[in-house]
Amino acid sequence: MKTRFALVDCNNFYASCERVFNPRLIGRPLVILSNNDGCVIARSEEAKQLGIPMGAPAHEHKATFERNAVVVMSSNYSLYGDMSARVMETLRPNVLAMEIYSIDEAFLALDDWQGAEFARELRVRVRQWTGIPVSIGIGPTKTLAKIANRIAKKTPELGGVLDLGFVRDGDALLAQIPCEDIWGIGKRLARRLAAGGIHTASHLKHAEAAWVRKTLGVVGERILCELQGVSCLPLEEVPAPKKGIASAKSFGKPVESLEELEEALSTYTARAAEKLRSGQLLAGQVHVFLTTNPFATRQPQYNAGVQTVLARRSNHTPDLIAAALRLLREIYRPGHQYKKTGIFLTDLMAESELQPDLFEAIPGTGRVKELDRIVDGLNRKLGRNAIRYGSMGVKQNWAMRQDRRSKKFTTRWDELPVVKA
Amino acid sequence: MISGDPIPFEARTRLRIPLVSAKVQAGFPSPADDHMERSLDLNEHLVANPASTFFVRVQGDSMRDAGICDGDILVVDRSLEPKERQIVVAMLDGDFTVKRLRKREGKVFLEAENSAYPPIEVSSGQELVIWGAVTFVIHQPR
Repeated sequence: MKTRFALVDCNNFYASCERVFNPRLIGRPLVILSNNDGCVIARSEEAKQLGIPMGAPAHEHKATFERNAVVVMSSNYSLYGDMSARVMETLRPNVLAMEIYSIDEAFLALDDWQGAEFARELRVRVRQWTGIPVSIGIGPTKTLAKIANRIAKKTPELGGVLDLGFVRDGDALLAQIPCEDIWGIGKRLARRLAAGGIHTASHLKHAEAAWVRKTLGVVGERILCELQGVSCLPLEEVPAPKKGIASAKSFGKPVESLEELEEALSTYTARAAEKLRSGQLLAGQVHVFLTTNPFATRQPQYNAGVQTVLARRSNHTPDLIAAALRLLREIYRPGHQYKKTGIFLTDLMAESELQPDLFEAIPGTGRVKELDRIVDGLNRKLGRNAIRYGSMGVKQNWAMRQDRRSKKFTTRWDELPVVKA
Repeated sequence: MISGDPIPFEARTRLRIPLVSAKVQAGFPSPADDHMERSLDLNEHLVANPASTFFVRVQGDSMRDAGICDGDILVVDRSLEPKERQIVVAMLDGDFTVKRLRKREGKVFLEAENSAYPPIEVSSGQELVIWGAVTFVIHQPR
């Protein structure tokens, strides 16, 4: 029997994470804002129904928020990252292989016997163990599993699970899916397809291969095969943390102050970011470590490492520096003679892999990229760090605005959930 | 690969594994060398299932007679099916509470372990969700 794939997708993941620890949020419209409380980056089902769009600037929707008693929260990536790891670890022992596709999605390779019934049990288990509701779509290819997931999510009668292998009229289902919603297509390519009269996944499935290749290139041809049930996109099991870019260095003399460590780490981060950009890669996770000199046995020893999931993948130096410094401050303990600090960027993805529309939708992306390009060019010409960011030499206040963040319930001893006895 | 989080919990724990024996450049080898074992990791004892285990902080003294005091940390495992008489963390009408779960004559009660607090009978109109089962109490003696 051929491999089948499942796509497990957490429902309204960030909102669901918040609700696990704050039951009062259940049933209420909830939106979560980006770093610095700028835009809406996650919505509960109730908020979606109020018509609050994704990416909406918070200040433009104040009236809607107030009128509908919408709960507005800052993002809490420590919590989401930890809850994501729990969901993934709950899934992993049950399947042959798994690809963590994003913070809230995983592809699973299924065994022969693992169908809709198995998916329903898995769904219950994830809900019980972690509190996070998920939807599961099953199909002969990753693209079809994605589509199955989408339908499962939109059709409450399905109870969160759909196995396309047991659908009698698959084409009728595919006819519900507009091209722009197919994995890897997006708005821009969908417009090209529409010009040729191809509007739905069903149209595309039956389109002429030569025309699709001409219109969408190799990528489109692959999508076509996948829609026809021929798997072209294998599970990418390579655990993300193995692919990474590191930048670290031992200090010439021991360093004690946070300011000096911050300068050093900013410099290493800028270097790592440059490496990322030269490979046209984006990082999804940032790891920072800090250590004293293990050979100075008379000194008190301290070493720590910590990581975070970025709000969105980035290779932009200021984004990465901000994340790195935040982590450094978390693990820094005064009174030690530090020998080494460094950064490790993982969960890498090619810039081109990011869905184009997603990229275009991020405000200022074009200008940010231009800035990075200029900085890299000058540094190549004038020598490393000729152009530098403030924190690399001058102390800066990087404090992020996060006025309405929930507690770091699962990663800080002093922020544990409180239960009344 | 960097491991370790500021919170020693789950697979992120750093296990110190004293495999390196005493150096044998000069002097005598340690008589304990042949008997080295891995140091104990408290996580192995307290956390059977890392993915489903959470820590919560207790506020109040209604569970005092069960050895749960104000300020204690509870280890809560959500993967365990909550059984009759088990101490559970429950969500009752939007609040988190720790109580002993009792079922009698088709009714559900949340019982305190302190005579000053009467048992709570969960009425059909109330919303009760059992959040997880308490498996350990971490208490610092004063």
